[in-house]
Amino acid sequence: MIEVKNIDKSFDGNLVLKNVSALFEEGKTNMIIGQSGSGKTVLMKSIIGLHRIDKGRIEYDGRNLPDMKMKDIRVLRREVGMLFQGSALFDSLSVLENVMYPLEMFSRTTVDEMKERAYFCLEHVNLEEKSFHLLPSEISGGMQKRVAIARAIALQPKYLFCDEPNSGLDPKTALIIDRLIHDITVEFNITTIINSHDMNSVMEIGENIIFIENGENVWQGSKKDIFHVDNQSLNDFVFASDLFKKVKATNQ
Amino acid sequence: MNIFYDTGKYMLLMKRVLTQPDRWKMFFRQFPKELEKLGLQSLPIVIIISVFIGAIMTIQTKLNTDNPLLPTYTTGLVTRDTLLLEFSSTILCLILAGKIGSNIASEIGTMRITEQIDALEIMGVNSANYLILPKIFAFVVMMPFLVIFSMAVGLIGGYFVATFTDIITTADYLIGIQYAFIPYYVFYSLVKSVVFAFLISSVAAYYGYYANGGALDVGKASTNAVVNSSILILFFNLLITNLMLN
Repeated sequence: MIEVKNIDKSFDGNLVLKNVSALFEEGKTNMIIGQSGSGKTVLMKSIIGLHRIDKGRIEYDGRNLPDMKMKDIRVLRREVGMLFQGSALFDSLSVLENVMYPLEMFSRTTVDEMKERAYFCLEHVNLEEKSFHLLPSEISGGMQKRVAIARAIALQPKYLFCDEPNSGLDPKTALIIDRLIHDITVEFNITTIINSHDMNSVMEIGENIIFIENGENVWQGSKKDIFHVDNQSLNDFVFASDLFKKVKATNQ
Repeated sequence: MNIFYDTGKYMLLMKRVLTQPDRWKMFFRQFPKELEKLGLQSLPIVIIISVFIGAIMTIQTKLNTDNPLLPTYTTGLVTRDTLLLEFSSTILCLILAGKIGSNIASEIGTMRITEQIDALEIMGVNSANYLILPKIFAFVVMMPFLVIFSMAVGLIGGYFVATFTDIITTADYLIGIQYAFIPYYVFYSLVKSVVFAFLISSVAAYYGYYANGGALDVGKASTNAVVNSSILILFFNLLITNLMLN
């Protein structure tokens, strides 16, 4: 479980996150949603510690990140997996080597055991063995996301962060990636935080949803509640597409 | 004030770089690759430039010292000392600052803008140490060999002029390049090359590591790396020469 309490973050005097508090539950897909520029990515990067916050607490199962020294942050990060928007796979390493990288860096197991774990992770994200020795540039965007997920779960993380996991993917592949993240979250009881502005994803896998607007947490709830919220900006966001307007009309 | 800000930021980066690697195994896996990429792959350009400069220097020195009062071996002597003292260390490093500096800055800069460095940080890896230390170490190790190679090839370039033209006789050239040889000049040149290699690789890595934005910014980082490392090479050349030869 990750708990964020009253955090502020500014850049050059410009307050981007304003007193944000939120609870991200274990074994659930927690989603941060909001329009572009609302502060979602800054919030996620602050939670991970890539941005230093101005004030507030970020507690990883009671361990307050801003109080930690760099050495301790590095240890904590070994419990964290992250799926980046652009996958962020290492260009010079093959698919298998990418997944083995965190294992080689931090585990004390034999090469065979590492390979076994990497194969397990890659097979878990439904990648075929023939692609294991290809370079990231030789596989599709959807496959790159799967490799990135496999790499993120290689060290059995307690916390998984996904920044726009289905951006740039076709709807079918996006759905597969969403379901994969959800299944992994449930199976390994991970605290997963997903940054998204895709309502399809929200409706597919969103269990605990946080809506950010102008750097403030204006609403937190489940996907069942999201259709019945009395908040204009959230409604504008949720019902931006005709599809969701029709869903709302059908529900009413 | 930018110069102080950049110097401070560079120092802090070097503090992170010059620490013990998280896993020595990973360092020693990366190190030979960097030796090959930064050192061995620079050999063709070193050979081409050195052989031509050696030949041209011989011709120009002969033209400018064509005086009956000067001994006939002067051309060989001046060519040798110029290669040893300046060309094979300073000028070669300025040329390699363009090749190696832009290579390092663009590679690390691309990793930065494609979030690969963030991915390393999230994993708990000291990304600065993992990415930069093998490059600095490999280039510092390879540079003296490249300099010695350049000296030898440059002298061979001059020998070609003596052999295939009638500008100077081979005997005069060979006497000149052996006359009054001071081994300390080679040591001085190697010291310079080690310092310059560190400057080129670390400054380029600094600009690449802190690149942000897009492809255009990676290009800017490469340009800044080459320009600033070149300026630093010239400054340190003056400093080291003053310290070692004065």
